[in-house]
Amino acid sequence: MKRWQRWLIVCVGAVLLLVFEAQPAYAMHIMEGFLPPLWALFWFVAVIPFWVIGVRRLRALISDTPEVRLLLGFAAAFTFVLSALKLPSVTGSSSHPTGTGLGAILFGPWVMSILGSIVLLFQALLIAHGGLTTLGANAFSMAVVGPWVAWLIWRSLNGRAPFWMTVFLAAALADLSTYVVTSLQLALAHPDPVGGIGASFIKFGTIFAVTQLPLAISEGILTVLIMNALQTNAKAELEVLAMKGIRP
Amino acid sequence: MNAQPLSWPVVIILGLIVIALTITPLLVIGGTEFGGADVAAEEAVTAINPDYEPWATPLFEPPGSETESLLFALQAGLGAGVIGYFFGWQHGRRQRRDR
Repeated sequence: MKRWQRWLIVCVGAVLLLVFEAQPAYAMHIMEGFLPPLWALFWFVAVIPFWVIGVRRLRALISDTPEVRLLLGFAAAFTFVLSALKLPSVTGSSSHPTGTGLGAILFGPWVMSILGSIVLLFQALLIAHGGLTTLGANAFSMAVVGPWVAWLIWRSLNGRAPFWMTVFLAAALADLSTYVVTSLQLALAHPDPVGGIGASFIKFGTIFAVTQLPLAISEGILTVLIMNALQTNAKAELEVLAMKGIRP
Repeated sequence: MNAQPLSWPVVIILGLIVIALTITPLLVIGGTEFGGADVAAEEAVTAINPDYEPWATPLFEPPGSETESLLFALQAGLGAGVIGYFFGWQHGRRQRRDR
């Protein structure tokens, strides 16, 4: 790499940092204490099977194919970065992408349920973003539903549609479905006194899901770019994973 | 998982689309601070259910937006570091093999 190329990368990085980091800091998972105890418990019960199987799958993956460990860290880091980027959106609010589509495509939804939950735990403990009582609900939407949506799209379209389109749809819809579920979780816990759960769902959906639309598109594109880079840079790992045939 | 890599002009155009998607709301919509969607949701909960009292508070809360942005920057920085390490490692491995 030539000297000017290195400088170019540094400058582009600096500009990106300014663009993304200059936003005021806010959060978008369900806030600590904002689900009544019964609902908080309900979502923990719902997510625990995914954690149990996820840990088993993760252990098996690491012992069968230790060479993918670095790629595993990479997928977690991708979610980590994307969850930290709060982007302005068309509703005048900010929200952040989830980054779970990439890991789900690479390692399947079970493994991703662990990686996504680790990120959520970090944010709940250190940044007061999301919460411990709402961790079950937030993990269910971001680390379970999102990855499963991504994986199902990937599985049904791979080979039938252009590669980039498959990756784009998987990542974008994983992102969007996460916030549709978040809206549903809030609507179930806080039904509108007049319109019931339906009216509440529309209200929360407008806040979360509509804000998320352009972000989901951005996340889809970013995931396409990252997959593109992985295909030239991590061919060996991708082949190992493809041969293993990632199970559900 | 086999597909032709995207050509570099396509990569640049895709990058520009992401930047445009991010900047457009800032230019088009005025009179907002682009607060978090969760704060808006919090207000919606209070509007729907005025008696609702949050029954838990975060164990640790950054004292202000400066510290919060420090933690978020740290989060993004750590993740970006791992991603950079990954690509650097792969690049080095490829070069060793090609030699």
